[in-house]
Amino acid sequence: MTIASEQIATPAAERRFSPEWLGQGFSKVLLHVVVIGITLIWIIPTLGLFVSSFRPLDQFTASGWWTALVPPFKFTLDNYTGVLDASNLGQSFFNSFMITIPATVIPVTIAAFAAYAFSWMKFWGRDFFFLALVGLLAVPLQGTFVPILKLFVQLGLTADKVGFVGLWLVHTGYGLPFAIYLLANFFRALPTDLFESAEIDGAGTLTVFFRIVLPLSVPAIASLVIFQFLWIWNDYLVALIYVGSTAEVAPLTVTLANLVGSKGQDYQLLTAAAFFSMVVPLIVFFSLQRYFVRGILAGSVKG
Amino acid sequence: MIGRKLTSLIGVAMAAVVALVACGTGSTTSKGTVHILAVWSGAEQDSFKAVIAPFEASTGINVQYESTRDVDALLQTRLAAGNPPEIASLPSPSTLTKLAGQGKLVQLDNGILDMPTFNAQYAPGWIDLGKVNGKLYEIFAWAAVKGLVWYNPTKFTAKGYQVPTNWQDLMTLSSTIKSGGTTPWCIAVENGAASGWAGSDWVKEIVLSQAGPDVYNSWWQGKTKWTDPAIKAAWQTWGTVLGPNNSNVYGGKNYILSTSFANGGDPMFKNPPKCYMHNQASFITDNFVKQDKAVPGTDFKFFPLPDVNAQYAGAHVGAGDAFSMLKDTPQARQLIKYLTTPDAQAIWVKRGGKLSPNKTFDLANYPDDITKQVAQVMTGAKIFAFDAGDLMPTTMRDAYWAAVLSFVADQSKLDSILAHLDSVQATAYK
Amino acid sequence: MDFSQLLADVPTLVAVIVGVPVVLAAYIIGGEYLVRLLPDKARPSVRPWIWVGPALAFVGVFLVYPVFGTAYRSLFDLSGDNFVGLSNYANQLSGFPAGGAWIAIRNNLYWLAFFTILVLLFGLLFAVLTDRVPYESPIKSLIFMPMAISFVAIALIWKFMYSYQPPGEPQTGTVNAILAVFHQDPRIWVQDPNLANQALIVAAVWGFVGFAMVILSAALKGIPGDLLEAARVDGAGELTIFRRIIFPLMMPTIVVVGTTLVIFALKAFDIVYVMTNGNYDTDVLANRMYKLLNAAQDYGNASAVAIILVAAVIPVLIFNLRQFRAVEARR
Repeated sequence: MTIASEQIATPAAERRFSPEWLGQGFSKVLLHVVVIGITLIWIIPTLGLFVSSFRPLDQFTASGWWTALVPPFKFTLDNYTGVLDASNLGQSFFNSFMITIPATVIPVTIAAFAAYAFSWMKFWGRDFFFLALVGLLAVPLQGTFVPILKLFVQLGLTADKVGFVGLWLVHTGYGLPFAIYLLANFFRALPTDLFESAEIDGAGTLTVFFRIVLPLSVPAIASLVIFQFLWIWNDYLVALIYVGSTAEVAPLTVTLANLVGSKGQDYQLLTAAAFFSMVVPLIVFFSLQRYFVRGILAGSVKG
Repeated sequence: MIGRKLTSLIGVAMAAVVALVACGTGSTTSKGTVHILAVWSGAEQDSFKAVIAPFEASTGINVQYESTRDVDALLQTRLAAGNPPEIASLPSPSTLTKLAGQGKLVQLDNGILDMPTFNAQYAPGWIDLGKVNGKLYEIFAWAAVKGLVWYNPTKFTAKGYQVPTNWQDLMTLSSTIKSGGTTPWCIAVENGAASGWAGSDWVKEIVLSQAGPDVYNSWWQGKTKWTDPAIKAAWQTWGTVLGPNNSNVYGGKNYILSTSFANGGDPMFKNPPKCYMHNQASFITDNFVKQDKAVPGTDFKFFPLPDVNAQYAGAHVGAGDAFSMLKDTPQARQLIKYLTTPDAQAIWVKRGGKLSPNKTFDLANYPDDITKQVAQVMTGAKIFAFDAGDLMPTTMRDAYWAAVLSFVADQSKLDSILAHLDSVQATAYK
Repeated sequence: MDFSQLLADVPTLVAVIVGVPVVLAAYIIGGEYLVRLLPDKARPSVRPWIWVGPALAFVGVFLVYPVFGTAYRSLFDLSGDNFVGLSNYANQLSGFPAGGAWIAIRNNLYWLAFFTILVLLFGLLFAVLTDRVPYESPIKSLIFMPMAISFVAIALIWKFMYSYQPPGEPQTGTVNAILAVFHQDPRIWVQDPNLANQALIVAAVWGFVGFAMVILSAALKGIPGDLLEAARVDGAGELTIFRRIIFPLMMPTIVVVGTTLVIFALKAFDIVYVMTNGNYDTDVLANRMYKLLNAAQDYGNASAVAIILVAAVIPVLIFNLRQFRAVEARR
């Protein structure tokens, strides 16, 4: 692959002053302009919130956020200190991790098992089950709360007895349809000859799964982990219903939402809170970014 | 071999998870726990916790407080699942009343509350409000007064405007201000999912003081139709306040609909003011102070919305926080008793934003002059009616709020708006 | 902020982080071990159930069981005591075009069309364009950022974007300020029935493009680089490469993302609930269901709306089945 790209590079260098080069150069510049331009437009709303988060409340409705960018500057850290003053923020951070990590690991793993079976094994009713799973993505969660909570109360799976375990199970159930659907699509696209050669080598199902399927699907699994993680991290309603909002169990979303009064008093704190709760999902996104690289598949096929 | 090692590792891991999760959530109090679900978050939550603190200290009971703005939805879900809190406080008594009718609440005047003391401390109006079929199911710990017209005394004096004492004077003042080139009123009704309520306050205040308490009561009870001339007249009276095409209100239709009620009073504090009057409940002073850097007494004062019909002079609409018991435990009994005491109520009142409905409550507990005056409006009211919207079934109330939005958008559609409300009324009370 | 408590609880967190994967790995290794004990011929028919078993069990309990309950409940009246047949469905589907659930159905169709297409389009655009610039990672992070914002904050952001001041006053909302630059009168975006649906969909699209971008980008990275280089050597233009190689290879993933978006459009709730609660002609099925469930306590009709919503997915499933079979056939 490296050799091939060098081969193209050389003739391109020779064509330096040709009209084609100009055309290519122009389209390169155009590409940068377009990419940076759209990105700038795209971040305006976030930028507005970010600037607002450093403005005092009396400025919020007095003038637009962009006016804060020119002197006289009236910035303040009040909104951030207001968030940090929340009584049980440390506990909430911990709770969010306690909820999110297992509620990401469990469904992603179980989905990987199932997606492997759906894409590379033959069994009775496979297509039906698969389509039913996709269809279940459409179930409005609000309709499932009462029957499941009833079940939990009967089985003793409430927060005061088993902590977050009930919530992990619920998030797993809710997250599986999308997780399986996404992973099965990627697993299915793996080249057939991989599996054939593995079988000839006498590798067992486990070996194929752990040594071939998983490593080759890293970008897909990484994107699934990102979404499952941030959906759960940002979830408010499901946590509120199943574990509630007492200080011991409330995740960050619930605690931050409760900074605002029942009639929306102190809503300005939400500006800072938004960035506060965004940090962890963004770190997850950044750290998984490196798995989105071309050539993992190509490289391992050859290896 | 690897298999066995793995098995034991898994066993240890599972045991560790279960053990840690279990000990992480176990609570250890000898005197028991009471769960309470309410709407207050933010600074209000701090105030309520301040109320609870002495109770926990003196009784040793652990109070688990939960709050969410969607308190009705959470309560209904928990109830349906068989896992309700012992005590719930809702801003709208209608949901509690419905639950009482379904037999899901604990009767309070049957050995739980000390009734002679309770009867001595609460006005009959507040007690009756908590009764369903003659039995007491709800108590009110705090109250608020609506229908207060806020104005800027400095700006009023500068222009030579007088505080109106009757409806006619108010209308005259309104047109004087308008002819001076400024819109007299500031009105804003946006509030996300609850948009419209700020306008609905106007309508119910007018119904009460224009048609009287009898019509008012049969209206929220669903016995008087929305198309009834008395109710229609109230909307029309509000229409004259708004003016043709909402021309009496700063920014007109677009501003009313798109501006948060919390910012409703802001233009009043601009220099020169964009409006001179703003009708809102007592809690709005917090916004004036924080958002507009306004000083109570100097920059803002209030006068009670005058009575439309002199026959019903001294009529005021208020609201309150209703508490009910869903599970009868000794701890819950103690807490509900505690909440009816003036001492408990005083804790929040002193922190600001609430009034006490208790007759024996000492006015000296009110933190400032304006709050004291508001409390006097409540205690001095000849006719005091509870917020009609909060007494209506939730579907009716939501339709009422939505109707406010439609009415502001186009006043000429009043008849069809009211006809739609009638169709909701026909099913909402079942 | 009290970090001491956080640190004190770290062992619990570590136990969970280690314990949970160990339990899961043990399941599949143990399961496979049991399968190996079976006679050769029985293995292929037992093995798949070991692999899909946990998933089916979870989905069965947490989704299938409530859905059947909902379907059953939709045949009863408000109190749940009296069987009313299909009359809740008749309620919801009567009064076309303005009665029953029709406004909500119409709006869901708007969402279906505009939300899905715009998110797919922008997601594909960002995935393909950022793939070609050296600063891919920071750009993708910026585009992705809205995904990491909770919907409450998204609603707040768009409240700031759409905020309105009367004409002549300095505008505080970004959108109206831009209009003012072009000497246009400000508008109320969310409270005007003619603009509200579009305004809500724009907010949702903005919040969701990161989703499509990330998955499509993962699929794009899966296309073997030598395939693209070979085409370039053959002198194919970039557009041709996109049309003839990239797009067809990404098609299965586009179908997956598209399907997911269609379903999310059908379930649209958060943004609508927080910003309008269905006022100004913006009601959608999920919000209608929520209102019937919590305000009206009308479980019968709420269930009927839920079932209508789930049933609306069937055409999408049929399309997926075809796609699924096509990929199988190519093997």
